[in-house]
Amino acid sequence: MAVTIEIPTAFRRFTDGTPKFDCNAATIAEALNILTTQFPGLSRHVRDDQGQIRQFLNVYLNEEDIRFLGGEECAVKEGDKVLLVPSIAGGSPL
Amino acid sequence: MPEIYQLRCRECGKLWGNAPRSFCEECFSPLEVAYDYEALKSIAAKEKLSKRDFTMWRYAEFLPLPEGFSFPNAVGGTPLVASKHLAKKWGLRNLYFKNDAVCFPSLSFKDRVVATALAAAGRFGFKTVGCSSTGNLANAVAAQSAQQGFDACVFIPADLEPAKILNTAVYGARIVRINGNYDHVNRLCAQIADRFQWGLVNVNLRPYYAEGSKTHGFEIAEQLGWKLPDNVVVPMAGGSLITKIAKAFRELVSLGWVEEKPVKFFGAQATGCSPISTAVKRGLARFEPQKPDTIARSLAIGNPADGPFAIKQIRDSGGWADDTSDREIVEAIQQLAETEGIFAETAGGVTAGVTQKLIREGRIRSDEATVVCITGNGLKTTDAIAAEYPPTEAIAPKLEAFEAYLDSQLAASTAVAGKA
Repeated sequence: MAVTIEIPTAFRRFTDGTPKFDCNAATIAEALNILTTQFPGLSRHVRDDQGQIRQFLNVYLNEEDIRFLGGEECAVKEGDKVLLVPSIAGGSPL
Repeated sequence: MPEIYQLRCRECGKLWGNAPRSFCEECFSPLEVAYDYEALKSIAAKEKLSKRDFTMWRYAEFLPLPEGFSFPNAVGGTPLVASKHLAKKWGLRNLYFKNDAVCFPSLSFKDRVVATALAAAGRFGFKTVGCSSTGNLANAVAAQSAQQGFDACVFIPADLEPAKILNTAVYGARIVRINGNYDHVNRLCAQIADRFQWGLVNVNLRPYYAEGSKTHGFEIAEQLGWKLPDNVVVPMAGGSLITKIAKAFRELVSLGWVEEKPVKFFGAQATGCSPISTAVKRGLARFEPQKPDTIARSLAIGNPADGPFAIKQIRDSGGWADDTSDREIVEAIQQLAETEGIFAETAGGVTAGVTQKLIREGRIRSDEATVVCITGNGLKTTDAIAAEYPPTEAIAPKLEAFEAYLDSQLAASTAVAGKA
């Protein structure tokens, strides 16, 4: 399925300035993997050392947070939009 | 004199100077304001502080304020109420309510965070400021923007309580209602901050904004006679306040202003939106986001950005988190008003209701000094309790009418007593 991943400004340093990335994928996980294979510098910002999507990165499929859709294994369909939005926390020791 | 604070990444430790940004562009983790505590020690003094007015600006050295900043308003400086009646009812000897329901200018603790955020907005040259809000923050941004001459544009869920919308509109702020819940609004604001050069107080000014919350903690310690309490019960929406009260206490300890002691942090949520309390109770490594469904609209954040920090703070302190039903929230609002004369908004009902649970479960004990944080005013959420107080029948302005009224009231209460 052809889906479009929208890249926030802060990430574009790693995508040669590309604001949108089109790819063919069956799931969110696959789409993210294609993205980070294409732009390896982005990889460690998308997933943590355990391979999980980073805690402070929110991923949306169209309007919905993927955690409400069963996580990154949720299926995507033709024309879907994937949004990456860094979480805005105030921070304090973690 | 060089500034004694700057932004630092929580994860990789990279320093970012001072700028309107909220996450590290190296590792995309949140930024917070870090201080040079040695320098702070040399400029902050209790004696100096004690000569200032009792407002949040009293603690200016501990806040990220620009050089030469003049205090624009009397924010903070709210009462710490030593409870008599509710303490007795709950079996506590040492119970306090930190009452930000009377925080100026907009009657919630959000006045504190907006105060430091607008100091940063001025410094960075923003003309337009805004926020994503569940209501209280919008009120505070609108009120203080009017005072200080910023253009305000606030983003809120479309179905917010009418009083909270009115309390923003009256200050002349532009209100953009979004069809969605707070988490949708917040996501949109992250995208807006990415696109437009606006000072969004809880987005690109968030590290400066969050520091304002510390003053709630500083005041608690000072009002207890420069002592830390044993327990603090804090309402949680995005989860920031609880971590910033802890930061305030740590800073006072590091400066030697209070004696170090263990303080347990307890977090309170509404059952209808309880991602943080659920994670604590179930021992989850990460919270699971929820779709909010509660009358405690000011706490209705299903994807709390500071949730991971709040969970860690609660666990490390030996505290706990719990949540209350909508029914319990209403009862707790009534109890607080009837016994202490404090009319809190629904979030206050959540905090009071959870405190009662924690006492019942033996997590808070009778001899411990316990501070319950009330963060907003009940006048903002009258819808939530209006059904409890149906209008009574009016009587004629005649003595015999009043006597008849008294008789009918007496008969009614006798009937109730008889039934019981």
